[in-house]
Amino acid sequence: MAIFLTKDSKVIVQGMTGSEGMKHTRRMLASGTNIVGGVNPRKAGEKVDVDGTEISVFGTVAEAIEATGADVTVIFVPPKFTKDAVVEAIEAEIGLAVVITEGVPVHDTAQFWALAGQKGNKTRIIGPNCPGLITPGQSNAGIIPADITKPGRIGLVSKSGTLTYQMMYELRDIGFSTAVGIGGDPIIGTTHIDCLQAFQDDPDTDAIVMIGEIGGDAEERAAAYIAEHITKPVVGYVAGFTAPEGKTMGHAGAIVSGSAGTAQAKKDALEAVGVKVGKTPSETARLMRAIMEG
Amino acid sequence: MDLFEYQARDLFAKHEVPVLPGEVVDTPEAARAATERLGGKAVVKAQVKVGGRGKAGGVKLAFSPDEAVERATDILGMDIKGHTVHKVMLAGLGEIAEEYYVSFLLDRTNRTFLAMASVEGGVEIEVVAEENPDALAKIAVDAIEGVTEAKAREIVEAAKFPAELHDQLVDVLQRLWTVFVAEDATLVEVNPLIKSGEGKIIALDGKVTLDENADFRHADHAALEDKDSADPLEAAAKAKGLNYVKLDGEVGIIGNGAGLVMSTLDVVAYAGENHSNVKPANFLDIGGGASAEVMANGLEIILGDPAVKSVFVNVFGGITACDAVANGIVQALALLESKGEAVTKPLVVRLDGNNAELGRQILTDANHPLVEQVDTMDGAADRAAELAAAK
Repeated sequence: MAIFLTKDSKVIVQGMTGSEGMKHTRRMLASGTNIVGGVNPRKAGEKVDVDGTEISVFGTVAEAIEATGADVTVIFVPPKFTKDAVVEAIEAEIGLAVVITEGVPVHDTAQFWALAGQKGNKTRIIGPNCPGLITPGQSNAGIIPADITKPGRIGLVSKSGTLTYQMMYELRDIGFSTAVGIGGDPIIGTTHIDCLQAFQDDPDTDAIVMIGEIGGDAEERAAAYIAEHITKPVVGYVAGFTAPEGKTMGHAGAIVSGSAGTAQAKKDALEAVGVKVGKTPSETARLMRAIMEG
Repeated sequence: MDLFEYQARDLFAKHEVPVLPGEVVDTPEAARAATERLGGKAVVKAQVKVGGRGKAGGVKLAFSPDEAVERATDILGMDIKGHTVHKVMLAGLGEIAEEYYVSFLLDRTNRTFLAMASVEGGVEIEVVAEENPDALAKIAVDAIEGVTEAKAREIVEAAKFPAELHDQLVDVLQRLWTVFVAEDATLVEVNPLIKSGEGKIIALDGKVTLDENADFRHADHAALEDKDSADPLEAAAKAKGLNYVKLDGEVGIIGNGAGLVMSTLDVVAYAGENHSNVKPANFLDIGGGASAEVMANGLEIILGDPAVKSVFVNVFGGITACDAVANGIVQALALLESKGEAVTKPLVVRLDGNNAELGRQILTDANHPLVEQVDTMDGAADRAAELAAAK
């Protein structure tokens, strides 16, 4: 079953004909994703050959849904145009919009997030500034490398792309149900809590790895949520103990402000509710391995 | 990007938020003419991007142009919490009847914006929030609707401002919201927002943080960057388009992906506990691609840091396979050496992920005397720390 994305997901790509969009459309197809179309108003009606698979380009998300029954869109358009692309996806009421683009102004994100709420949250948003999500062996929506792990029963949710890959790779022999990169921006659509809840409800997930980093209080709130609602084992990791106050560490949202958003506070909050927190990514993987191998 | 007070004041003025007349100068002598233009009296304010300058002696009154020169002489060059004062703002002197507080900011928790307001301004708002939380009104602002007249009124009433000021405050709040939205700010804070002797609402101080992701629609924001106090290595890295933050340790760090690099810093710091307490010297994320050119640019910055004793290159091959990364490292070293740069600091390389074995083989075959490979992140961090401690 997995969460948010399965072999039955019908995926379209907004910005497919750009260089990043095309590169990753190719990779997604190669990993088995059912890509049913691309969206580009200037190339509507054209067909694009991607390594032997012919993909139709539609003028709008709504047209693509109408013609193909698409329920997932992956968005690769540049930051300047991202808000419009997400707004279009929300207005077409697609079920899942995965926003890969890095560098989206936070006012734009706040606006499309508010719009999604106004429309009754019919569209789940993942990102922006995220690697997307993968249900190994079934479907891959985004830029996560598909060949570093195999299907299994660990669920993973992470703010960081490369730490996601690292964890997937270290536990590749056990495998993952779904891995979700939720992104490193100050405002993101799907949160740790949303994923924890979905993994808790997913019969194909036995345990959860949660990767956080400095900035905001998402990990602290996730800890409170775990205490109340999660019965499956959770292992955590938090990056950024050595980050100085007031400096953005790569991700726009990764910043310690005054005494808020520190890695120590997040680790303490998770440990206080019984989550084992690894000191390094490798130790975190070992903690999860111990749980899965009983 | 945090702005100086005078830059915030300029943005306020641009959007017709009431402010006092003011000028910014960087020499004591220039303070004289500025004070004369302000009518012979001024408040001399240190321009630093840190709070508590008043207590540190960075804000002084001057009742004549001569006094302004003296005060500017005292304040320019002063160190306030590690920030050197390069500029002072001279602002008109006005009578302050009351000091209030207002701000708009990003509310990460609720994924929207927040307005905060209090009649207890002029002091640190964190203290008010702690000691008298009822005195600080917090009102959520919808990102689409923004601060309408009704919303501004809601804020003003929640903060219990005196009734006779409501209309003025509603107007000022809407103008401040315009600053927040039109300039793509993530923080607009006025503390104090004053009631003058004549009963006028004026923004006496301002703190503004701008979202650099929105620079593409603000050509004028580039000029607001504080190039004078930027760390030279950070400035050089920025010019090369690298995501670099200077830290105060000895182990240079290069990695791909913000999360992995943050994690690498932590792992190196832990390893350092066993090796004379060496620490990471920097954050440097070369991104997913990790091409030879980007690798060379990154290495050049890090090897140019005199504090660096060893370098840890930590790459997980996800999208880019490790053989490409290994070739990047080899080519980067050759590129630097061909440019006549002395590469003398040891490099510990850890490659993992896609085609890790191929990548490791490439480095083994290249057999560069300064490059050493360790297969695990924890082991490589330990070795890099050990090498840095031995130097």
